[in-house]
Amino acid sequence: MTDAPGAAAGPLLSIRDLEVTFRTEAGSSTAVRGVSFDVRAGETVAVVGESGSGKSTTAAAVIGLLAGNGAVTGGQILFDGEDLVGHDDAAMHRLRGSRIAMVPQDPMSNLNPVRRVGAQIDEALVDNGVVRGRGVRARTVELLAEAGLPDAARRAQQYPHEFSGGMRQRALIAMGLAARPQLLIADEPTSALDVTVQRTILDGLTDLTDRLGVAVLLITHDLGLAAERADRVVVMYRGEVVEQGDARTLLTDPQHAYTRRLLAAAPSLASRRIELARQGVEVVQPAGEDLLAPAGVGTAADAGRAPGQAPPLVEVEHVTKVFRLRGRGLLGRGADLTAVDDVSFVVPRGRTLAVVGESGSGKSTVARMMLDLLPPTSGTIRFDGADVASRDRAAEVAFRRRVQPIFQDPYASLDPLFTVYRTVEEPLRAHGLGDRAQRRARVRELMDQVALPADLLRRYPAELSGGQRQRVAIARALALEPELVVCDEAVSALDVVVQSQILHLLADLQSRLGLTYLFISHDLAVVRQIADRVCVMQAGRLVEEGTVDDVFGSPRTDYTRTLLDAIPGRDLDLGRTA
Amino acid sequence: MSAPEVYEVPQPPVDAGDALAEDRRAGEALWRVAARRLVRNPAALLGAAIVVAFVVVALLAPVLAQFPAGALPGRADVRPTFIPGPSAAHPLGVDRYGADVLSQLVWGARSSLLIGVLATLLGLAGGAVIGLLAGAFGGWVDSAAMRLVDLMLAVPSLLLAVSIAAVAGQTPSAVVIAIGVVQVPVFARLLRGSMLAQRGQDYVLAARSLGLSRRTVTMSHVLPNSVSPVIVQATLLLATAVIEAAALSFLGLGGGSPTTAEWGRMLVAAQNELEIAPRLALWPGVCISVTALGFTLFGEALREALDPRSRRR
Amino acid sequence: MTRLIMRRLALLVPTLLGLSVLLFLWVRALPGGPATALLGERATPEAVERINQLYGFDRPLPQQYVQWLGQLLQGNFGVSTRTGRPVLDEFLNRFPATVELSLVALVVAVGLGIPLGYLAARYQGRAVDHAAVVISLLGVTVPVFFLAFLLKWLFAVQLGWFPSSGRQDPAMIATHPTGFYVLDGLMTREWDASWDAVVHLVLPALALGSIPLAIIARITRASVIDVQHADYVRTARAKGLSAPHVRRRVILHNAMLPVSTTIGLQVGLLLSGAVLTETVFAYPGIGKFLADSVFNLDYAVLQGFILLIAVVYALVNLAVDVSYGLIDPRMRTR
Repeated sequence: MTDAPGAAAGPLLSIRDLEVTFRTEAGSSTAVRGVSFDVRAGETVAVVGESGSGKSTTAAAVIGLLAGNGAVTGGQILFDGEDLVGHDDAAMHRLRGSRIAMVPQDPMSNLNPVRRVGAQIDEALVDNGVVRGRGVRARTVELLAEAGLPDAARRAQQYPHEFSGGMRQRALIAMGLAARPQLLIADEPTSALDVTVQRTILDGLTDLTDRLGVAVLLITHDLGLAAERADRVVVMYRGEVVEQGDARTLLTDPQHAYTRRLLAAAPSLASRRIELARQGVEVVQPAGEDLLAPAGVGTAADAGRAPGQAPPLVEVEHVTKVFRLRGRGLLGRGADLTAVDDVSFVVPRGRTLAVVGESGSGKSTVARMMLDLLPPTSGTIRFDGADVASRDRAAEVAFRRRVQPIFQDPYASLDPLFTVYRTVEEPLRAHGLGDRAQRRARVRELMDQVALPADLLRRYPAELSGGQRQRVAIARALALEPELVVCDEAVSALDVVVQSQILHLLADLQSRLGLTYLFISHDLAVVRQIADRVCVMQAGRLVEEGTVDDVFGSPRTDYTRTLLDAIPGRDLDLGRTA
Repeated sequence: MSAPEVYEVPQPPVDAGDALAEDRRAGEALWRVAARRLVRNPAALLGAAIVVAFVVVALLAPVLAQFPAGALPGRADVRPTFIPGPSAAHPLGVDRYGADVLSQLVWGARSSLLIGVLATLLGLAGGAVIGLLAGAFGGWVDSAAMRLVDLMLAVPSLLLAVSIAAVAGQTPSAVVIAIGVVQVPVFARLLRGSMLAQRGQDYVLAARSLGLSRRTVTMSHVLPNSVSPVIVQATLLLATAVIEAAALSFLGLGGGSPTTAEWGRMLVAAQNELEIAPRLALWPGVCISVTALGFTLFGEALREALDPRSRRR
Repeated sequence: MTRLIMRRLALLVPTLLGLSVLLFLWVRALPGGPATALLGERATPEAVERINQLYGFDRPLPQQYVQWLGQLLQGNFGVSTRTGRPVLDEFLNRFPATVELSLVALVVAVGLGIPLGYLAARYQGRAVDHAAVVISLLGVTVPVFFLAFLLKWLFAVQLGWFPSSGRQDPAMIATHPTGFYVLDGLMTREWDASWDAVVHLVLPALALGSIPLAIIARITRASVIDVQHADYVRTARAKGLSAPHVRRRVILHNAMLPVSTTIGLQVGLLLSGAVLTETVFAYPGIGKFLADSVFNLDYAVLQGFILLIAVVYALVNLAVDVSYGLIDPRMRTR
């Protein structure tokens, strides 16, 4: 487990047998149990886990900011030799900011919206007794500049809503480090940001904490990020520490089954396209998410795929989409926003074309136009040779049968008032397919295809897990036996292991049913696993297109290269360890 | 920060045969969860008890009231400077005209319930039509509907009710119309907003992608997911309707004669007897307040029970 | 900012025009037609005939409307059939009384409602919270006129602490340069007149303020509870701000945003409530006059007062929206 404490001094933070319990409507539940690990001065320790693993709860316990219904019910939190468990809020207040500080997750919601950014850092300085009087503002500007905020003096006068996400996160880092704490808790500090921004922010944070000798407790769901940034990694699962150790060792030689699964699931650029079942090998995924259960992931042999001879299923030609923004003032003319600018590509039959880009790149608008939920401003989209626009109602219904979506948020994409059965049956009924008994049989068949047990049929979406919901959404999309499935960030909201299961499921279904995918994603590592061809979009324009190997192996544009460089753990061979 | 996911609804054992015969019971989980939360909430139970008692009294008025509506059994005992208080014959005494106060209150429950329910139904129906049109079609239909709503909200509610009641003639049905019309913009706005919020949701896009017609998408997905705030509001507005009906009576717009069994009217009549029989004002006032309290308690509890934020944990 | 105000003012025009059309048609829809509005219910057919000709009520409606609107814009809102005086004069004479009452009621509501709601949120689940919940429930369920009645009976009739009706002791001789009696007394140094006006305001203002008090307390409580759980509050604590500091600078300011909108929305309730409260306390404001006009079916007054109240209501709402920009920086840049 942990190394013996250094001879000179004990660890800065030492957590021993921590247990945290939440009281809920349904009784009390233990979110964290038996957690022990150390953080030495100046060291970066990453706590990695999926949602619900207790990693954020552990961090909140350290800084004494558990939600109102949570409490430490056992163990010790030794900070510099002093046990923080049992400290009242006044005692914790003396430590917070000055000795233990935090950089929170979501930059959008963590700044006080009604106070200027500079003033929010001023008050941290004053309240922690760092500076007083006239020097305060000067120090604030220094801190902001140090955190990489350009034009800091002017920016300090602005309100949070005038900042971009990355700028806000820099402000939060400046705030966290304002009083030069010994320990900085960074709770998913960049997961809400675009990948290129993520990288620069993390670089800044790492440089700064190294220079200042601040110990960092990095909370993340991203193994690659943990491996890249941390000296040591602690892996948590369902409230317990399953494994911990030196970052490199843990990643190259994981001991615990869960760590191995996590590693196997973690998408990275080194991982290859999912090729399972291409030879007709039936691989059924475990539907339950008890990740400690034996894995059903088969590694079928790579099969050479027959090159597509048929004409492409989808041809997108010079498509542009302009949104008119609401004007200001009484007669103010609205400005135009060109979300998609002269984009052309084709989707070959039976293959996967991925469209990647950061937020605002126009990739989701492409998906909506492909689904005929938005009309293009100009240009044409042809599906199987026919123009998607300019159709009568009958042709529209026929088109809908052949093109189906899977959306990002499985919470939002299922009608909360519909049972699973009704959700999956609805398309059949809407298109008048089969009688009652036939529809029933078909629903069962679909449930089988997405590896969901039939006893979920009478449940409502709220009673399902995220992965189960996404499987239901897939079953619904498949009900009409479509040819093209548009996956709009279909796995982005899922935890990494579930994500991997869904990706395998999609790959499996493609080979069995001959589906064509248009796969929209911001995550290049995921795209690497599922796509045959890739389009890279930036600010509405298509900047690069090619096969996966070409684009990832030898990117032609700087932008693509930046995107690839920004992927955490890109140089670590995570995907092959399992 | 997230505690492990806890599924609230216990799963009944699934029998393969009838597992699939579930499709027509849409929304059951939502309403079942809401019902369980209501049963556990003492405020909801108190509110429900008040409402039930009120409805029972209104329905059974002919049985419960000792004297017929408008009867003046104590007429002979009333003097200009003296109104008899509680007695064996009249537990709450009689009023200026000699009517039995308890019987009048019982009959008054009837007219209050009738006016409250009819007015709210009218407001709900009108508001639902406008809100549905605006929410389903958008565009100019929406703009037109919302301008109309703005217009109705440009006048403080009681004044709007007063002006409508004044033109509609001074009858109980005029009161129903006046209060109902005042509620129309409230429901219209609420339903429209709620539908617009649902319209952008992914599940609605998914439904459109299935090739469902706009009508089917609206009626089977958007609308059912938009009604719960409207139902909550209707419960709360029942309280307002009862109070406003009394207020219109108070301003002399309720119609009927001074002896009509109506809580608001009883309260006005009692104004003149403040010096000699203040109790006459107390009882109708308490009845109005308690009834309004019942609807409000229940409505608030319903809002809490249906709140998606507390449901989706 | 100026742009926002101009835009809102411009939007006001169609609403008020629409309302004027409705009110115009409203009087035409009356059982006896517009002549009744002028002459009252007991007018003879001959008189009605004469008026119809005189005022052109037999002409086409659009023509009549334009004519009527032209008169409105010149400040001619017609004449009260009950008092025989111009409607606009009657309104302006009583308007200060109602403004004075509503302002005091609002001060009561805000002054008690915000602290009550705040304490309830801070000590959630404790006695003060329960008290706040009960008070806010009673505030919205006890009818204003019944509460007015109870206050009057207890404090005026039984205890005799406050006068039971009116704005000023009839025996008092005072000058009224502005029509705001409390202010008038202070301006003319007639302290007793000022005090007398205050004493007359207490009970009506308490009754009238009860609903906004309940609503403000409730919104404050909900808003403070909401903000207490906001991420930026946690971050403020994490950076080392003391608990009182977080409460004052972070929670209170943010929690006041929805409360301030709510306060603006109370103006409609106050105007509605004024009709009832002024009636119970025989307080000579526009509400009492309106209620009397309802009793007497003085349609000219109803029509004119409703239009004037709508204008006031709209302007107050505009002012509220604009002031909202002052506390929420996000609104300012818009």
